[in-house]
Amino acid sequence: MNMLAEKPNYNDEIVKLFTIATVFWGVTGFLVGVFIALQMAFPALNIGEYLTFGRLRPLHTSAVIFAFGGNALFATSYFAVQRTCRTRLWGDGWAKFTFWGYQFFIVLAALGYVTGVTQAKEYAEPEWYADLWLTFVWVAYLIVFLMTLKNRKEPHIYVANWFFLGFIVTVAVLHLVNNISIPVSIFGAKSYPLWGGVQAAMIQWWYGHNAVGFFLTAGFLGIMYYFVPKRAGRPVYSYRLSILHFWSLIFMYIWAGPHHLHYTALPDWAQTLGMTFSIMLWMPSWGGMINGMMTLSGAWHKLREDPVLKFMIISLAFYGMSTFEGPLMSIKAVNALSHYTDWTIGHVHSGALGWVAFISFGAIYHLVPVLWKRPGLYSLKLVNTHLWISTIGIVLYIAAMWVSGIMEGLMWRSYDALGFLEYSFVETVAAKHIPYLIRAFGGILFLSGSLIMVYNLIKTVRGDAAPEENLYPAEDAGETVHA
Amino acid sequence: MLKKHEALEKNSILMLIFVVITISIGGIIEIVPLFRMETTIEPVKGVRPYTPLELAGQNVYIREGCYGCHSQQVRALRDEVERYGHYSLAAESMYDHPFQWGSKRTGPDLARVGGKYSDDWHVAHMIDPRALVPESIMPGYAHLSRRGADIDDIGQDMIALRMVGVPYTDEMIANAHSDALAQAADESDAVDGLMERYSKVNARNFDGQPTTTEMDALIAYLQVLGTMAELQDYKHDGTKRSGE
Repeated sequence: MNMLAEKPNYNDEIVKLFTIATVFWGVTGFLVGVFIALQMAFPALNIGEYLTFGRLRPLHTSAVIFAFGGNALFATSYFAVQRTCRTRLWGDGWAKFTFWGYQFFIVLAALGYVTGVTQAKEYAEPEWYADLWLTFVWVAYLIVFLMTLKNRKEPHIYVANWFFLGFIVTVAVLHLVNNISIPVSIFGAKSYPLWGGVQAAMIQWWYGHNAVGFFLTAGFLGIMYYFVPKRAGRPVYSYRLSILHFWSLIFMYIWAGPHHLHYTALPDWAQTLGMTFSIMLWMPSWGGMINGMMTLSGAWHKLREDPVLKFMIISLAFYGMSTFEGPLMSIKAVNALSHYTDWTIGHVHSGALGWVAFISFGAIYHLVPVLWKRPGLYSLKLVNTHLWISTIGIVLYIAAMWVSGIMEGLMWRSYDALGFLEYSFVETVAAKHIPYLIRAFGGILFLSGSLIMVYNLIKTVRGDAAPEENLYPAEDAGETVHA
Repeated sequence: MLKKHEALEKNSILMLIFVVITISIGGIIEIVPLFRMETTIEPVKGVRPYTPLELAGQNVYIREGCYGCHSQQVRALRDEVERYGHYSLAAESMYDHPFQWGSKRTGPDLARVGGKYSDDWHVAHMIDPRALVPESIMPGYAHLSRRGADIDDIGQDMIALRMVGVPYTDEMIANAHSDALAQAADESDAVDGLMERYSKVNARNFDGQPTTTEMDALIAYLQVLGTMAELQDYKHDGTKRSGE
């Protein structure tokens, strides 16, 4: 806390843009999610040709992962890397290109889904031309980030930046290898992927699981390593644990993909490797969670007073929960029951809503008063309301999916006294109607919470009189969080 | 360890290189050996590339996002084999670019749906799923009946697929359009050529309409799923494999 005197001229304009985009795409993605959840309860909502579940589902997943999550990562990494390096973000024009280029990619991909342009690879649906465009944007992102690291005034690269760097580089590798394809024509949207059959399955889930591992985990751990210590006003709990956490996490995650392919035509040795590493992954995941939570040592009282910090800590609790559930579900005997069912959907959402969205909300609530130079948030009470309404929404969501997933898994394998399968497939569909209603309701709560956030942020930016005294002045103090 | 790690913390390029090495190991070990085909894909007789019409049907399947709710991979588990049929073999999807194994069964698995229902059933079910299965939550796809199948340039698609390893011959590509029309026609002289080029083809007017629609294409694709491999010859104990 000794560097207040010579604060560099940070590029916060770009962070502002990404923050606005994060909120906008977040609400859009949640809204599409609620709509497709309702479609599963009321199939009549599949209206016409363009708004069927099949076309909207990738719109939802891409909007929340790449549009909401991606913009959150851009915003927070650009913010944190400047503070932890005590230097301005390198290349104003390049940074701007990453913003507009990335939004253009999102629109390009979304228009494709609705009109039926898709590679049919989960979480990698955009066709070749959008993939190519994203590659340019991503390389620019890597260059901006690396050049800023190079210009740093601090001798050490701070741990949050290891995670951001690991996420950027690995996503580039995954994206390039998984999306190699041959376009039918330079002037057409359609292409055929290079990989086919069993190899395509392995490569797709190597990509798919590491979209979770690096995009939704390593990147967001970067957020945790900067914003939790910042908000708590405490250094990271353990520096050694950070090193161990980083290297073991990125080494092990890469192996976990085959657990999506248990009992399939993928060779057994690959399934076993995937399962083994998925179980081992429990350890670095919890190591990271502990490192984040214990950062509050000596500052636990702040958890009572600061709902923004609460968002961050609850997100770590969800992170711990879903990274326990994940290894459990990767065990072949468990996976035999859980795979293909709603249990997987519940698992994904405890991670995506509980961990990814909550840590992002925490970061956004912290960022907005700083970026717009406001004395504090408009209302901490509303932050608290957002927190609880969303938490209840998530709990309803994942509990409903546990019930429906385990129920359908058991029904599929249920035999009657004569040794015949007891249920036809459609009986399992009918049995899920009530859980689907509860799930949609949970989603509506989560969406409502995010709208409360939008209101609160708009009020904050407009500078409306804060109705209460604020705990955290926006003043951007020195950033030497560790060392 | 801490002292040595300091070198990485002070050099972003060095850290970048170490990250790339660390994340490459797992992927290389799991993926590269799969390309030694003989250990990954046991040969099974009968699996052939899709006919032009079936390919157009698969493109409809992809476009509509069917993979979001339907898997095409019967796992080697007792209840799945009883419900859907023989568990899926790697060879059966070797010409699928991309693979359509899926990850979710909101609807039933389709790996062996070929021949299970009549064409008429499929047409009625696509137009209004709940007319046949009241509890179904599948969207209706009535528009497929109204639109012509995208087969004019299907030969171009086959050229692209040949570049990624699907063994389409020059003859197959040259006759792509007429083969597609012949497969869905009530009667056609070109059907003999189609039968010569592809084994075990379902050639008939799938949707009953005079034109070749997307419905024809999709049903042609669905009706061939899981029916190509000659599973009666397949021995899964590894001692004797057909096709060797």
